[in-house]
Amino acid sequence: MLRVLQRRFGVVAAFLCTASLTPFAEAQLISRPVPPADAVDRGRNQFVVQCGGCHGSNARGDDNGPDLVRSEIVLDDEQGSLLGPMIRKGRPNEGMPAFDLPDAQIQDLAAFLRERTQAAINRNAYPLQDLLTGDAKAGQAYFNGAGRCNSCHSPTGDLAGLATRFQAAQLQTRFLYPRGGRGGGPNRAEAKPTTATVTPRTGPAVSGTLEFMDDFTVGVRDADGYYRSFPRDSVKLDVQDPLAGHAQLLRQYTDKNMHDVLAYLVTLK
Amino acid sequence: MKRVFPAAFVLAGALAAQPLDPAKLLQPPTDSWPTYNGDYTGRRYSPLKQINQSNVNTLNLAWTRRFTAGGGRGGGGPVSIKATPLEVNGILYFATPDNAWAVDAHSGRELWHYTWETKGGIHIGNRGFGMYGDWLYFETPDCYLISLDARTGKMRWNHQIADVKQEYFCTPAPLVIKNHILIGVGGDSLDLPGYLESRDPETGEVQWRWNSTPRPGEPGSETWPSKVSMQHGGGMTWLSGTYDPQLNLYYLGTGNPNPVHAAQSRTGDNLYTCSIVALNPDTGKIAWYYQVSPHDTHDWDNVETPILIDGQFNGQPRKLLAQAARNGYFVLLDRTDGQNLLTAPFVETLNWAKGLDAKGRPVSNPAKEPKTDGVLVSPNSSGVANWFAPTFNPDTGLFYTHATESYAVYWLTDTEQTPEGYGGRDQSVWSQNLLQAIDYKTGKIVWSHRYPNQGGGRSGLLSTAGGLLFGGDPTSNVFAMDPANGKILWHAGLQSSVSNGPITFEMDGRQYLVVGAGDSLYAFTLPR
Repeated sequence: MLRVLQRRFGVVAAFLCTASLTPFAEAQLISRPVPPADAVDRGRNQFVVQCGGCHGSNARGDDNGPDLVRSEIVLDDEQGSLLGPMIRKGRPNEGMPAFDLPDAQIQDLAAFLRERTQAAINRNAYPLQDLLTGDAKAGQAYFNGAGRCNSCHSPTGDLAGLATRFQAAQLQTRFLYPRGGRGGGPNRAEAKPTTATVTPRTGPAVSGTLEFMDDFTVGVRDADGYYRSFPRDSVKLDVQDPLAGHAQLLRQYTDKNMHDVLAYLVTLK
Repeated sequence: MKRVFPAAFVLAGALAAQPLDPAKLLQPPTDSWPTYNGDYTGRRYSPLKQINQSNVNTLNLAWTRRFTAGGGRGGGGPVSIKATPLEVNGILYFATPDNAWAVDAHSGRELWHYTWETKGGIHIGNRGFGMYGDWLYFETPDCYLISLDARTGKMRWNHQIADVKQEYFCTPAPLVIKNHILIGVGGDSLDLPGYLESRDPETGEVQWRWNSTPRPGEPGSETWPSKVSMQHGGGMTWLSGTYDPQLNLYYLGTGNPNPVHAAQSRTGDNLYTCSIVALNPDTGKIAWYYQVSPHDTHDWDNVETPILIDGQFNGQPRKLLAQAARNGYFVLLDRTDGQNLLTAPFVETLNWAKGLDAKGRPVSNPAKEPKTDGVLVSPNSSGVANWFAPTFNPDTGLFYTHATESYAVYWLTDTEQTPEGYGGRDQSVWSQNLLQAIDYKTGKIVWSHRYPNQGGGRSGLLSTAGGLLFGGDPTSNVFAMDPANGKILWHAGLQSSVSNGPITFEMDGRQYLVVGAGDSLYAFTLPR
């Protein structure tokens, strides 16, 4: 893709365009104990038979019975502490009969419902679906045309076998920006580093991998492995970001472009 | 189990706290910083100018102190100070999840450390205290309102304010208005209704509750398709608002609607989510509202501080309210009635709105709502702005905020008629942090500082009459800029990025700057 050299004396444009950590990336979403899988399985089987007719097999509710996944009783329950009395007593005025179930079955039902609520809470584990809706031929045309991806990449070179190394979901965010992703994640892997040439007011220029830069300091690691840092206000700085083209394309893609390119990239096996 | 560390008793006797004079809450902050934003306006502007452009480059470290959690989750572990400390009579008060401290502002010496034994909840952060006389108030992740005696750190009482088992969690700093303690709640995980409560400062009992989603038949219910959608509609109240004593109105930004990304069960504007609302603090009655993100589907809570500005607009003196919203738009309202005066984007990358409607509200493009195969949207779910405090400087007339240009893919994952939880996901792919200086009269960007490196946080900001704009960069520097043009006049490297909003105050004839960065507080002052 496009290769952009960003050069200014003393002021340098962005080079490490990583995603900002979203607040919840660092927070634990599930704070209550996860129920045992065998109890969940038993509870699911029992629920489908005895409760699913009114509450739906997934407990989301139906015309005949309310959603239980977001039910206050279910959420406040501890291993059947609230569900047990309610199930055994029923809610005759609301059309729910009483079920005289033993403790073990109540606890299994409670385990299943807890698993359902935790699945709804744990958004980072929601499965993605239907990602490959694009037109691979159109994606190939964009790759070689408007996207100018072929100016840096080749389907038989660096991208050969790409689809064998990444799942479609990874590939979708990775091609958009190879260093991106929530908290970096798998997308950081294999991303080409940014390089820089630093020219002090006196002495020879130093080139290498850009390791650090803020408004005041720039640090590069040279070809011999030595780290060198300089004050920003006394050097000339040339930064070469091999991913600058990716960042620029984000402003250009339509959603159709994105889907088409993904459809094309998954053919590179 | 709640306990106060033994050191408290020894030190508290020597350096006793004093009651907060309620008049301080009505004045620009000078010798105190008595509430989350310093005063009710939310400007985070100090009239102090001992530290100014001519001497800021001689600013020295007075002290630094590291704090360790003493209870709750990860007891004994590191903390992240997101709270803006209060400074009252030479003592700093701040909190982190399940922990609270009083610190001698001269030395950083710990006076007491209170810990709360948690019952759960998302431990993402705590914004700090509210104070009423000798009493302090803070919220815990498991949604208890705790009142402490400022002199000793001993708990006076606690009240549960939301049910953590329903997936609420609580972070905001309570705001004290007259004899009302305003407390908010958070939690998007399982589609809960949001609310704001006023509590009695003496007893903690509820004085009134304002629901951020209406009940059937109430005004605003016409913007929801069903009773169930309102009951699960979100609109959390997780950041302190601002207050105009003359109008007796409390201004609050509300959170996004639920389910967050799957909106098929909540067609409509979804009032009063993603709005700025004006409430009577004595009754909780709503005076007016302005919705900044109608029918949000991108998690863009509209809680960002609504700053109160008394200034000119179109040649007339006006009582104004300005907000740099998470959705990327700067809005200027008449705060007497909520009339929109101006809406303008404050970054260039936004791609989710089709334009503005007659009321100046961004019109969401349905094509950019989450889809099963993904849509590429700017900004990401963290938004252009977020809870990081902005500042307004009346000397320059500029509104300053940290901002992020970003792109993310948003997917719809729950296609049922009644989705649950978030119902979708998002992944940020690229972002770039900026500091934007916005002319409040036009919405135009007067200057912009583009950080050369991302990966760190976005800090809060502070303005002073000394011609200085303080903040933290995404690496680990605290800085002072010339607010007229963004030129950096001073900086110091810290152990980590500034993680709260800087404050300043005068004590014994000296002006101090205090910032929180990770697990430490840093105090700076000029050499004697």
